[in-house]
Amino acid sequence: MTKKRIGMIFLASVFIFTFFAVPAWSKDVIKIGVIGPMNFLQGKGHWNGATMAAEELNAKGGILVGKKRMKVEIIKADSNEFLSITDATNAMERLLTRDKVDFVVGGFRSEAVLAMQDIAMDYKKIFIDCGAAHPELCLKVSKNYKRYKYFFRGTPFNSYYLAKTCFIHAGTVGAILRKALGLKKIMAAIVGEKAMWVDPMIGAAKKVLPKMGMEIVGIWRPSPVATDVTAELSAIQRSGAQFIFTIFSSSVGITFARQAGELKIPAVQVGINVEAQKDGFWEATQGNGNYVMTLNTYCRGVEYNELTRPFVEGYARRFGETPTYTADTYAAIKYGLAPTIEMAGTLDADKLVKVLEKRVYKVPSGKVKYMVDEKGRQTHDLTWGPGYLTSLGVQWQDGTQRGVWPYKWKPAEGVPEITYKGIVPYKIPPWVIAKYKK
Amino acid sequence: MILDIIVTGIISGSIYAVLAVGFSLIFGVARIVNIAHTAFYMVAAYGIYFGTQRLGWHPFWCMILTVALVTLIGLLCYKAIIDPIREHEAAVLIATIALAMAMQEVMLLIFSGSYLSVPSLLRGYFKVLGVKVFYQQLITFGVVLMILMGLWALLMKTRLGVAIRATADDREVANLMGINESRVAMITMGISVGLAAVAGAVVAPLSTLNPFMWMHPLIMMMAVVVLGGLGSIKGSFTGAYILGFAEALVVFLTPKGAFLKDAVALSIMILVLLIRPEGLFGIYFEEER
Repeated sequence: MTKKRIGMIFLASVFIFTFFAVPAWSKDVIKIGVIGPMNFLQGKGHWNGATMAAEELNAKGGILVGKKRMKVEIIKADSNEFLSITDATNAMERLLTRDKVDFVVGGFRSEAVLAMQDIAMDYKKIFIDCGAAHPELCLKVSKNYKRYKYFFRGTPFNSYYLAKTCFIHAGTVGAILRKALGLKKIMAAIVGEKAMWVDPMIGAAKKVLPKMGMEIVGIWRPSPVATDVTAELSAIQRSGAQFIFTIFSSSVGITFARQAGELKIPAVQVGINVEAQKDGFWEATQGNGNYVMTLNTYCRGVEYNELTRPFVEGYARRFGETPTYTADTYAAIKYGLAPTIEMAGTLDADKLVKVLEKRVYKVPSGKVKYMVDEKGRQTHDLTWGPGYLTSLGVQWQDGTQRGVWPYKWKPAEGVPEITYKGIVPYKIPPWVIAKYKK
Repeated sequence: MILDIIVTGIISGSIYAVLAVGFSLIFGVARIVNIAHTAFYMVAAYGIYFGTQRLGWHPFWCMILTVALVTLIGLLCYKAIIDPIREHEAAVLIATIALAMAMQEVMLLIFSGSYLSVPSLLRGYFKVLGVKVFYQQLITFGVVLMILMGLWALLMKTRLGVAIRATADDREVANLMGINESRVAMITMGISVGLAAVAGAVVAPLSTLNPFMWMHPLIMMMAVVVLGGLGSIKGSFTGAYILGFAEALVVFLTPKGAFLKDAVALSIMILVLLIRPEGLFGIYFEEER
């Protein structure tokens, strides 16, 4: 081999090494991958929230990393997780290998996030989940901290607390029905779509609702994509149910609400109905989704704290709709990652984890504090409760989504009542009142 | 409960019948297994949504126009994609699957994955023997009856109907008799897609629109035509109501197993295939004659 050829090879190697091995702190931008089902509302929420956060941070010059200000660049990745978990994992791989992001936020389906989590952990990148509620995601952190410490739950709180909050809503509405209609015992139907995440909630509902003075008259499990539930509704009506505890995440939530409203089934609907959280629910049910109540994170006019209104109104102005909970990529980046990076003065993931897991900070939906388990181990899971994160109970009232919980909520004896700013009283459907009021 | 089952079974059966008749017709005449049949139904539903919700048109005129447009799209797809490969049944199957998926992706691109809905032609409900029934469901039932009568009249009382029946009986002989088999197949395709579009018009207000809404009716429709007999219109109607009642029975008798109604329908289909492969009123394939 000639000297000239050796020299060329050496120069090429230096070039390749320089191009591909630039350390993070010598870059000018912080890359944040935003991964989600981008053809659906949930993914759009991920991206829109992240866009707002990046723009606000960059308007102030970026994030201070040590002595250097670095701009934020967000990179979109379509996980397609509603259709294919494999697509989700491929999208995560691309973010981490081809796009070489420093952090990842997003994810929606628990099945997809569980798979994406492992990939992010392989690359030791901080991944803030903004959609999946499965407790397993954070159990992994406590069981194998060394590997999973880069994972944090951004939103929502885990499904145990989702169920707990729903049951509080059920108890609240049950008490309202008893008082307003003079009912001694509430007959309750449980309707949950046939999906994995619903099974434990059905089991819990069977135990909790009777303790609230409700008698369970039946359990129905329609398909998540059922297009006709009139048979189920006929059966529910015949059972004499005055209260329907709903557990829906897919299109059956629209079908059920629409048909129940059109048939004027004399029972209130309370629980989880993900489709009812969206602005498009009213049109999707052709106005028949009136009085449907569901768990939600944001509602126009309701404020958890001083950060809520600027975020919700700013989002609505910019994107023409109320933010869903997946838009909490905004909080994850602006209030989670950015201050943590500035406090740590580095982009080194191990150092950032140590800072982030100890922080207690405000976000538009409350206050974030990461839990430790009963053995004192970090879980990176969100703390639920007054003063932290509680979410809202929202009800559709004449075409508008209104916050109806917490309304004079007393979490425990000796604790003052809680009512967030903008919360209004729950309304019983008139046809229910007409049927049962004594 | 009996009345609930009867009324629900009739309504569900009517919805499946609307979809199955068109599918059965094109198979019976042209031996085309058109997997994209329910995709045309989806496109029609989105067309009605677009016309009524985005453009503010009256639902009735929107439906007329949508049915016409979707039928035209169906004919163009037939001429461009299916007709050149019609002799190769496997290729037609694959091509129609691809066509269906392409239409799905186009709808996803234009309307995103959000769930949408179409207003009913007539809002509200009435009671039949104590069972609540939507007016829209009654319209669906009425349309099914009209389709049955219209098809019967077309097939039995018109020259075109004679040509269609002759082609369905024996393609080669029909050709020898001077019937333009290719043209008959195209006309039948138009009728078939038109029926799918009509199904979209009457069923869409009862459903929730999304780009994947064509898959579930496809499965049910396949179960119906296999049960009734591929190529048999009478069989499609009978099969539709059998499965409609089976569904109602599952939902009312096993509330916790309501999600199993599709599995029950497919199980019935498999059972029929094992006992009587040609279905209840099926015709034999040409090769078996």
